[in-house]
Amino acid sequence: MSDVDTWLAHYHAHSAVLPGAELPWLADIRRQAIYRFADEGWPTRRHPRWNHTSLAFMDQQDFAPAGVAPDAAAALARLRGEDAGHWLVFVGGRFDAALSDIGPLPAGAQLSSLAEALATHPEAVEAAFGSHEDGDSPAALNAALASDGAWLRLARGVTLEAPVHLVFIAGADEASRHLRNLIVAEANSEATVVEHYLGSGEASTLTTAVTRLQVDADARLTHLKLQQEAEQTVHLARIDAVQGRGARFASHSLSFGARLARHDIGTRFDGEGCEALFNGLYHLDGRRHVDHHTRIDHAQPRGTSREFYRGLLDGLSRGVFTGRVIVAKDAQRSDAMQRCDNLLLSRQAEADARPELEIYADDVKCSHGATVGQIDEDSLFYLQTRGLDETHARRLLTYAFATEALDRIDLAPLRKQARAALMARLPGGELLEELL
Amino acid sequence: MLDINNLQASVEGKSILKGLDLHVKAGEVHAIMGPNGSGKSTLAQVLAGRDAFEVTGGSVTWDEHDLLAMPIEERARAGLFLAFQYPVEIPGVSNAYFLKAAVNAVRKHRGLPEFDAMDFLTRVKAEMKAVGMKEEFLYRAVNEGFSGGEKKRNEVLQMALLEPRLAILDETDSGLDIDALKVVADGVNRLRSPERALIVITHYQRLLDYIVPDQVHVLSHGRIVRSGGRELALELEEKGYGWIGDSGEVHSAPEPAGGAQ
Ligand SMILES: Nc1ncnc2c1ncn2[C@@H]1O[C@H](COP(=O)(O)OP(=O)(O)O)[C@@H](O)[C@H]1O
Ligand SMILES: [Mg+2]
Repeated sequence: MSDVDTWLAHYHAHSAVLPGAELPWLADIRRQAIYRFADEGWPTRRHPRWNHTSLAFMDQQDFAPAGVAPDAAAALARLRGEDAGHWLVFVGGRFDAALSDIGPLPAGAQLSSLAEALATHPEAVEAAFGSHEDGDSPAALNAALASDGAWLRLARGVTLEAPVHLVFIAGADEASRHLRNLIVAEANSEATVVEHYLGSGEASTLTTAVTRLQVDADARLTHLKLQQEAEQTVHLARIDAVQGRGARFASHSLSFGARLARHDIGTRFDGEGCEALFNGLYHLDGRRHVDHHTRIDHAQPRGTSREFYRGLLDGLSRGVFTGRVIVAKDAQRSDAMQRCDNLLLSRQAEADARPELEIYADDVKCSHGATVGQIDEDSLFYLQTRGLDETHARRLLTYAFATEALDRIDLAPLRKQARAALMARLPGGELLEELL
Repeated sequence: MLDINNLQASVEGKSILKGLDLHVKAGEVHAIMGPNGSGKSTLAQVLAGRDAFEVTGGSVTWDEHDLLAMPIEERARAGLFLAFQYPVEIPGVSNAYFLKAAVNAVRKHRGLPEFDAMDFLTRVKAEMKAVGMKEEFLYRAVNEGFSGGEKKRNEVLQMALLEPRLAILDETDSGLDIDALKVVADGVNRLRSPERALIVITHYQRLLDYIVPDQVHVLSHGRIVRSGGRELALELEEKGYGWIGDSGEVHSAPEPAGGAQ
C-alpha cells in the first residue's frame, strides 16, 4: 500500500541507512518532512494546486518492485551514443560508480552523487538541500526519503562545456525511488544539466524527484528533463530554481512516459533583469495523465519569462497545464508570456490549460494563450494527394506539431536525443526517422 | 483516359457541380475557364479525392478505374497530381522531407527503387533550378512563409518530380508575374507527352499564350457550358463571362460564329 502509515513505516525502516543519516540537520529535516507528509497525506482535488490531478488513489495503490534487473549498461549505451559529457548513472535510486563516467572537470566544479557530497562537504549541501516546508506533500515525502541524486556546484565564472547527464534507471528491487538533485551555479557560471528517467516493465512503481537549482547573478543554466518512465509508474517531480540578478534559466520538460506524471516547475527572480524559458512537451496515450504546474515569481523588476507547453494527447489521456505568474508590487517592467497548445489525437483525450496571473505591479507586459485542436484536415489532404497514406501523414503532422518545442532546445545533440525519445513514443516513428 | 459523366457534387448540402461532363484523352491538354465560384476548384478537389465534397451523382473513369472509389493516396500513386490553388503551409515539416516522402511513395508504387538521400538531392536540385527556386527552400518548412509565387513554383516542382500521368493545375497562374507564369507554362510543356494528360484551370487566357490547349471549356454554375478550341479562350478574354446567365443557362451563347449580345 501507499498510504500514509506505509510511508511512515518505510521511513522508520530506512532512515538510519540513508546517506548522511548521521548528520543532525539532515535527520531533522527528514523527520519533520515525514511528519508533514503524514499530516497532510496525498493531495486530493480539494487542494487548490491539485484540483486536476488527485492523488487520493495513492492510499489504495500497491507499488511493487519490477523484479527483473534492467540492462542498465545497454540502456546507457543507447542513450549515450558518441556523446562525451559528464555521465552519472543511478540504478534504483543509488549512484552506480561503475556505469558512471564523470570525466574531467574544470577547477572550481564539483560533480558527484549526493551521497558522496554529504560525506565530503556536508555544509555546502546543507545550504542547498531545502527544507521540509518546500512544495506540497509529495515533495516532503521526497525530502524524508531521498536516497541519492546528483550534486553539482560551479564556482564563480566556471563553465562546463559539455552537458551533465544524470541517468536514473529504475532498479529491479525497489517499488519506489526518491531522488534529489542539488545544483548550485555561482555568479557568471554556465552549465547544461540533463535528467533522464528511464524505466521498463509492467510493475507499478513510484518515483519522486526534486531538483533544486540556485542560479546566481549572471549565471546561465539550462535544465532538460526527459521523463521516459515505465507504463505503470507514478512520477511526482519538482524543479525549483532561484535566480540572481541577470541570471538565465531554461527548463525543458519532455514528459513521455509514466501512468501519471506531475511536474511542479518554478523559479523566483531574486534580482533584476532575470530571464526564464520554460519549455515543455508531452505525449500521452491510453489513460495516462500528465500535469505541468508552473510558477514564475517575478519578485524583482525587469524580468522576462517565456513559457511554451505543447501536448500530444491520444486515447483517453489527459494533459493539464497551470501557469502561475506572480508579479510583485515593485517588479516593474516585468515581461511574462505563456502559451499552452494541445493537439488532440483522439476524441476522448482531454486538455486543460489555465493561466493564473497575480499581478501587483502596474508597468508590466503579461500575456497568455491556449489552444486545443485536431490534426488539420487541409494539411492531411495535401499530404495524401502527394502519395502519403493517411497514417504516415497523420504521424508527420503530429511530429510537426511537436517539433516547435524541440526546436527550442539549443544544443543539437540534446535536441537529437529529445527527438529520438519522441519518435520512440509515436507509433511508426521509424517512418519519420530521416527527420532526425 | 479520363471520362467524367454527369458529375454532381455538393458541400454542406449545397449543390456545386450539377452534372458535369468532360472527356480527356491521353496526350491532350484541356483548359477550363470560368467565373469565380463556378466550381473549378471543386472539380479539381473532387478528382483528387477531397471528402469534404460529397459526390451525389455521376461517374469518373480513369483508365478503366473508378476514380471516385480510389483512396486519395492511391490516386496520387497511380499518377494523378493536383497543383493546389492555395497550397497548404505545413510548419515543422521540411520541404526536403516532404518532397522525398512524396517522390518515394510514388516510386515505390510504380515498382521503382526509392531514392536515397544523395540521388534525391541531385534530382531535386536540378528540378529546382528549372523552376527558379533557391536551394534554401529545401530546408524551410513546406510553404511556410513562402510568397504566393514561391508556393506556386513549389507546386510546379512537385509536379515535375512526381511525373504524373494526369495533372490538374488549379489557377497555378493566378497572381503570378510574367517570369513565374513562364515557369508554370514551361513545367506543363515539359510534361506534355503522348501518355499524359493535363487539365489547366485558369482564370485568364494569358497562360494559354504559352500553353496551347487542345480544348477549352467554360465552366459555369457547375456545368461545362461551352467547349471549343483555343479561340474560345480569346473570345472569353474579349467578352468576359457576362454572357453566362445567373442560373447558368447560356443566353445568346456565342456560337462559334460569334453573336454575343
Ligand atoms: N468548403 C466549402 N464550403 C462551402 N462552400 C464551398 C466550399 N468550397 C467551395 N464552396 C462554394 O462552392 C462554389 C464553388 O467554389 P469553387 O469550386 O472554389 O469555385 P472556383 O474555383 O470556380 O472559383 C462557391 O460558391 C463556393 O463558395
Ligand atoms: Mg478556385
